[in-house]
Amino acid sequence: MIPVLLILLPLLTGLVTFFIKDEKTARSWALLASIATLAVSLLGLTVMNDATHLAHKAQWLQTIGSSFSVKVDGMGQLLCLLTAISFPLIFLSTWHSNYKKANNFFALMLLGQAGLMGVFVAMDALLFYFFWELALIPMYFLASQWGGEKRIKATFKFFIYTFVGSVLMLIGILYLQSKTPDHSFALQSFYNLSLPKGTQNWVFWLFFVAFAIKMPVWPFHTWQPDAYEQSPTATTMVLSGIMVKMGLLGVIRWLMPVLPVASYQNGDMVMSMAVVGIVYASLIAIRSDDIKRLIAYSSIAHIGLMCMALFAENKSGMQGVMIQMFNHGINIIGLWIMVEVIERQYGTRKLSELGGLAQKAPVMAIFFVIVALANIALPLTNAFAGEFLMFNSLLSAKTSYLYAILFTVFAGLGIILAAVYTLNMIRKIFFGELTALTANAQDIKLNEKLVMGIIVILVFWFGVYPQALLNITDELSQVLVNKMEISHLLRKQ
Amino acid sequence: MNALILSAVLGVVMMFSGILLKQKSAIRNLAIAGILLLLVSNILETYGTVFFKVNTEGMMYFDRFALFFNTIVLLSTLLYLLLTARDMEKVGVNYAEYFALIFFILCGITLVSSFKSLLILFLGIEIISIPLYILTGTDKRNLKSNEASLKYLLLGAFSTGLMLMGIALIYGARGTFSTEGANLVTDKPSALLLAGMILLLFSMSFKASAAPFHFWTPDVYDGAPTVFTSFMATIVKAAVFIAFIRLFDEAFGTLRSQWQLWIAVITAATLFIGNITAVFQQSVKRMLAYSSIAQAGFMLLSLYAMNTDAKEGILLYVTAYSFATIGIFAVLAKMNDYTFDGFNGLAQKDPLLAGSLTVFLLSLAGIPLTAGFLAKFYMLKATVATPQGLWLAIFAILMAAVSVYYYFRVIQAMYFKEGDAKAPETTPVFRWTLVILAALIILLGIFPDLLLHWFYF
Repeated sequence: MIPVLLILLPLLTGLVTFFIKDEKTARSWALLASIATLAVSLLGLTVMNDATHLAHKAQWLQTIGSSFSVKVDGMGQLLCLLTAISFPLIFLSTWHSNYKKANNFFALMLLGQAGLMGVFVAMDALLFYFFWELALIPMYFLASQWGGEKRIKATFKFFIYTFVGSVLMLIGILYLQSKTPDHSFALQSFYNLSLPKGTQNWVFWLFFVAFAIKMPVWPFHTWQPDAYEQSPTATTMVLSGIMVKMGLLGVIRWLMPVLPVASYQNGDMVMSMAVVGIVYASLIAIRSDDIKRLIAYSSIAHIGLMCMALFAENKSGMQGVMIQMFNHGINIIGLWIMVEVIERQYGTRKLSELGGLAQKAPVMAIFFVIVALANIALPLTNAFAGEFLMFNSLLSAKTSYLYAILFTVFAGLGIILAAVYTLNMIRKIFFGELTALTANAQDIKLNEKLVMGIIVILVFWFGVYPQALLNITDELSQVLVNKMEISHLLRKQ
Repeated sequence: MNALILSAVLGVVMMFSGILLKQKSAIRNLAIAGILLLLVSNILETYGTVFFKVNTEGMMYFDRFALFFNTIVLLSTLLYLLLTARDMEKVGVNYAEYFALIFFILCGITLVSSFKSLLILFLGIEIISIPLYILTGTDKRNLKSNEASLKYLLLGAFSTGLMLMGIALIYGARGTFSTEGANLVTDKPSALLLAGMILLLFSMSFKASAAPFHFWTPDVYDGAPTVFTSFMATIVKAAVFIAFIRLFDEAFGTLRSQWQLWIAVITAATLFIGNITAVFQQSVKRMLAYSSIAQAGFMLLSLYAMNTDAKEGILLYVTAYSFATIGIFAVLAKMNDYTFDGFNGLAQKDPLLAGSLTVFLLSLAGIPLTAGFLAKFYMLKATVATPQGLWLAIFAILMAAVSVYYYFRVIQAMYFKEGDAKAPETTPVFRWTLVILAALIILLGIFPDLLLHWFYF
């Protein structure tokens, strides 16, 4: 019941929003709807945290072997919670932004939320594909209609990239389905497949390209900085905070346990791509003058690390990634909120045109510094536990020892570079001389304080007590790692 | 049989209605009533009520597949007339005759959906084609329309020649026109039979506008009055595909190893040429012409795979494709400017029109939640299940990704670009039909069983 509600609630409220003509009402309605979704998600974590409430199966497209099968597992809990928390925060923080045709804006945001929830809970490959695309369409419209100057081109590139990826995945899904004995799209049937090595290898790439584009992993990342830059910031928050997690979830749930042999064999390749991406993106971030682009590149680096940890194929990596998906989402949304405030108030995103804001806007400075430090995983902030687990997993990766060391060193280099560009950004925005644009700066408003307050509380809470997140993901990550145990499979061949 | 005889009778009735009825709205209403009658009589036949008992000597067979397809065609025609019948007034003065010709085409369609003899196939194809040559040229004072009509006639005659030649050769090899029992011939087909089969393959490819026999399509679709292009590109094309599939399933099913590679090459070429050329078009009408070639490529996949999924899928595909394309052409017929820029800012002026158009375009592009997605899905599923079909499926899906480019250009123009597209004047009937069409597409996209269920029971 919980997963169905998580999808239906934003879907129906979103459709209603199209017909609310008054801007104020639409805004409040959307906020209310997103809070209701959050309540449902919290219910699923606490009171109704049992198998009967967390799973649902209904008939759908029986003739072709698909069913409407949804379930919230450990990873689903975290990602649904992240999605549910993010939307009220996004709506609150952009309370004062003016959108023309606001009802359409909020309606599309809610529809996007429904699509994302669907991706996180779908346990049937065809359903997964449905939601995968459904999450994309509202985002495309949002970014193209309310975005920056070069929005049409940038968002179309984003759309085409992800569309090409997802249709390749569709072929992969169809192929796997044709190989299942019961011709079913159910996740469980996919898990029971054991395909020969050669087949696994090329099916792996059909899936992986789709997920790599979504994450994005170097060299499939080129759509991302443009899309983040040109989208309205509320949409960028969804794209970078939540949507990139679709790719990681895809790898964790739909790729590695289904094709364990190929995942093991291509692991080095994928990790190399990811590590190149980490260093490359970090170096570009250092040279970026636009805050949005800087954060976009930093996001590539962070996701790259998560992708590496996954292919280390051990439990600490798996669990680290799961909790890091949640924490990264919270942190990066916090950062985007600050960027949006800066852009709205001072009309620029260029580091070279900002400076000295700490004098004029001390509250903002404090919040910004906290989330920025959380973003580089300082101890006691939420990202630390996940990052620690991931590095731990890299060192004990299933690859050869030399590779493990090399990968760890380069990924560690990414952390250092992250500190460089983050601190540099803080310095340029908040310290130094006041510029013409910041001379009359004002501090952030009440709603923004509220939102940032919540985010900071989350940052410290899960920084001090990460066990809460670890408990949720513990069982699932063990199950998945067991599925990837392929020594017996290799022997068989 | 009901639809076959009634449509011929109604064609004659419509011809005389021009003399008897003075008001154009009366003619139009008569035609719509006629289609409704056809639809009802065809559904009745599906459930066993046959009005006319005619002994066809085994030359025709009205099975579930045929009757179900007729229902789809008649339903599409009903929606088509509701949307565009009013716009036909603008084409010329012979209003009643246009409807008469459409009814004759429907008569031909009922022939090709249920043939068991190559002669009936030939008759059906010709009964479809000849009224089409006339409809293409109805815009008499327009040079392009005349050119299109002449071109269509000449090339059509040529392909008819090929078809007759093929049928003659097959008769020579088998001694019968019947497709029944043809499957018994298994080992070592004679050269005569193979040559006949290849000729039939070519002529059917021509009618279905598959590459490299597609060259007439863009010019004819572009030159014909938009209201008739709509009919040609959807309902007629669907009928040709059903005939194509019936022919190769029943008459040449056992020779599959002989023609499958041919079909694969034709499919790939059609997909490639249709999609790539559509990208470069500046006129929406011409883009739709190439898109119809591209979609034909996807439909050809069902011919390649020829399994249960493929046969179910082609029904879903022609439905999804016809509904969406009829909708787009209906709006296009009302626009003054056929270029992409002509759609700039339409969403501001008329959100409802732009919204339904978006649903149609998303469906053609194959985005989930629309009928177009499941249609493509069925085609791909059928193709992936064949032993060597995987590469064709991957090629097809990449081409589908290309198609997103040109379909989305219209969406971009309507929603994201500033402009002063004139919102066309529309009647409430038009708007409601458009919304119903869009709703049907979404409904089929979520529950395709609604349609396919009919087929089964």
